[in-house]
Amino acid sequence: MSLAERATIPDRLNSRLQRAATSWELLLFLVAVAIFIANSFASPYFLNAWNLSDATFNFTEKALIAFAMALLIISGEIDLSVASIIALASTAMGAAVQLGAGTPVLVFVGLATGLACGAFNGALVTRLGLPSIVVTIGTMSLFRGISYIVLGDGAYRGYPASFSYFGQGYVFWVVSFELVLFALFALTYYVVLHRTNFGRAIFAIGNNPTAALFSGLRVRRIKFVLFLLTGLMSGIAAICLTARLGSTRPSIGFGWELEVVTMVVLGGVNILGGSGSIPGVVIAAFVMGLVTFGLGLLNVPGIVMSIFIGLLLIGVIALPRLWTIARTR
Amino acid sequence: MNMQAVEAATRESAPVLTLEGITKTFPGVRALSEVGLDLYPGQVTALVGENGAGKSTIVKILTGIYQPDGGRIRLDGQDVHFPTAQHATTAGITAIHQETVLFDELSVAENIFLGHAPRGRFGLIDTARMQRDARALLERIGARLDPALPLKELGIANRHLVAIARALSVEARVVVMDEPTAALSQKEIEELYELVERLKAEGRAILFISHKFDEIFRIADRYTVFRDGELVGHGAMADVDESELVRLMVGRSVDQIFPQRVSAPGPEVLRVEGYSHPTEFDDISFTLRRGEILGFYGLVGAGRSELMQALFGVTRPSRGAVHLDDAPHAIRTPADAIEAGIVYVPEDRGLQGAVRGLPIFQNVTLPSLRETSRRGFLRMAEEFALTRRYTDRLELRAAALDQDVAELSGGNQQKVVIAKWLATKPRVIILDEPTKGIDIGSKAAVHAFMAELAAEGLAVIMVSSEIPEILGMSDRVIVMREGRMAAELEGEALTPETLVRHAAGIGEGG
Repeated sequence: MSLAERATIPDRLNSRLQRAATSWELLLFLVAVAIFIANSFASPYFLNAWNLSDATFNFTEKALIAFAMALLIISGEIDLSVASIIALASTAMGAAVQLGAGTPVLVFVGLATGLACGAFNGALVTRLGLPSIVVTIGTMSLFRGISYIVLGDGAYRGYPASFSYFGQGYVFWVVSFELVLFALFALTYYVVLHRTNFGRAIFAIGNNPTAALFSGLRVRRIKFVLFLLTGLMSGIAAICLTARLGSTRPSIGFGWELEVVTMVVLGGVNILGGSGSIPGVVIAAFVMGLVTFGLGLLNVPGIVMSIFIGLLLIGVIALPRLWTIARTR
Repeated sequence: MNMQAVEAATRESAPVLTLEGITKTFPGVRALSEVGLDLYPGQVTALVGENGAGKSTIVKILTGIYQPDGGRIRLDGQDVHFPTAQHATTAGITAIHQETVLFDELSVAENIFLGHAPRGRFGLIDTARMQRDARALLERIGARLDPALPLKELGIANRHLVAIARALSVEARVVVMDEPTAALSQKEIEELYELVERLKAEGRAILFISHKFDEIFRIADRYTVFRDGELVGHGAMADVDESELVRLMVGRSVDQIFPQRVSAPGPEVLRVEGYSHPTEFDDISFTLRRGEILGFYGLVGAGRSELMQALFGVTRPSRGAVHLDDAPHAIRTPADAIEAGIVYVPEDRGLQGAVRGLPIFQNVTLPSLRETSRRGFLRMAEEFALTRRYTDRLELRAAALDQDVAELSGGNQQKVVIAKWLATKPRVIILDEPTKGIDIGSKAAVHAFMAELAAEGLAVIMVSSEIPEILGMSDRVIVMREGRMAAELEGEALTPETLVRHAAGIGEGG
């Protein structure tokens, strides 16, 4: 009975394999495989290397933002201004082109605009203590509003030929520059979130910001960095998207913030913060890309596509819940 | 145990509610193992046990929040099931919880009748009748409160009365009181006892959960003891004494409550000079030496926790200086404090101590990641090793080190928080009400551990509102009153009377 007689506590309750077998990521991966198989039956054009490569453009740019957004949401914050940051960064680059800027300067302008927007959001949230959902709904209108004032009905064109590589270039064969960027950032964010002290701090803050502060974590600084990162990734997405389209209109990337958040939540990140994983977000990106591409091949209009994505999100999130309810009956 | 007395009582009146063979398992932990419980009309049954013994679990099963994995619940001899809390309420079982769940923005009456308000025409709430009924209920429990008042304007004691009124607003046959006196003053506790007597006279069965032996012996008629999720004893209060109950609870006798310590304070570690805060405390100066336990006593609201949180860098002082080993230190954030070797075990474990949602080992290593990692990259093996070093020493009870800390009992969560700080190898540890809400066995363990830490040369500051704890553990005591130092006491001058007198501001005359 005495405490000393008890065996010491084991490190882990379940093995790595047991945890993987019951993971959200596995369920999502099976959904991805099912959609892939369904697509290859539905359209004869699907199983073609170039078509599949084209399909990746549906998600690479959004996924770049989704990685940073995943970290931000896990920490208990959110940034709804990301699509508007794309618009502002693209507008800034377009304006720089008019002044005769070359590709290196354009990249710098795109990144700097993204960082500046992220810093603005981050300062309002962490310095003034305002709720991020309210701040970024405000900056969502603000950033895109500036684009509308600058451009009105017009558009910026005339991007240098070398700039188009970021949106249209291929590293080799069917592997696009964007896909390589996606893979590199997926790996980087995986390591940052799951393998570093910084990542651990994000989880701690998301679960209990007060206890995290009382444990010596610099909560405000970490959250500020996460807003910066989200701004930076939006800047990178703006470079890729602008290069792919070859022009800037103020409506560029309109509505992407919700698709990015959908991708993150579909990837298993708790919208209230505290849990989630990068592999989940990567698989969710593929799922969303495959669904939109498959429906595109079937000539399904965009509106119907968004209905599908919405149902998919609700379905995949409700599934485990329904499963537990069914089991306890 | 005196079986005749129990049987005699049973013959007198049949239990209104019987639990038999109740089992409940959580991932990796068996919370309850075939326990039973009988509640009799017009009697108070005290449920006692250490933290983690399964008291809260049985309350949640009784009130329909948890479903048992096995066993049966009988009400008047009929098998019943409570799939939801609503079912339990309808069956006449009501609970006054440890942490009352009430709504700040609603009125007293709305809080009392939330979910079962009297309806008028068109199904709308009959506000006038609700106010009347609320007033009658409040009068019945001796509370003179305006039912129309918003709850946020009430103090904690009056909120408690609202919670009690709410529990009685349904025709309750069984009233569960989960540590109802924890937040009450002595006068309010007396009023609660009167209320319990009245409920008994009305023939209601009462389940009373408390860690305070004096109140159990004062108001309970029967007792039931749980230990590690098992039923270890039950019977009539008349047939049991304090030491027997303690023996049942902990499975051994706890005769020496406070550890014997030979205090031999070493050189000065911490010196605080003129620490002040715009609203919470003013001009606090003291020193702390190696191996010393310095107690901070005072009434609730005397500014002790606020002072400690300022020393830990959560809030900033408006004036004053901190010296560690005679060198001035500016502490602006908790990170600065930890760097300097000052750590703080907060009073509010759930909010400020444990990161619920994270596993045990990640809680423990949170402030020590710099030690366990390499160039910012995590090393899990090092984290497990560091965690094990302290959880073994603290005799943590858990299924595995990767278990969510939220699944642990309160006492074990506290151990995780203490392990977290010891892993940083601090020089000054501040413990804010370290044994609040912990059972007697864990309390003794925490006290013994504190003594051990002091003996190893750690400087300990202990904030406590319990006079026996202050007297039993401290080498020296600072009494605070309304944000100021009222007295510094040691040796002969340290008595319950002097503590109370300085804390309450009663003159030296007597």
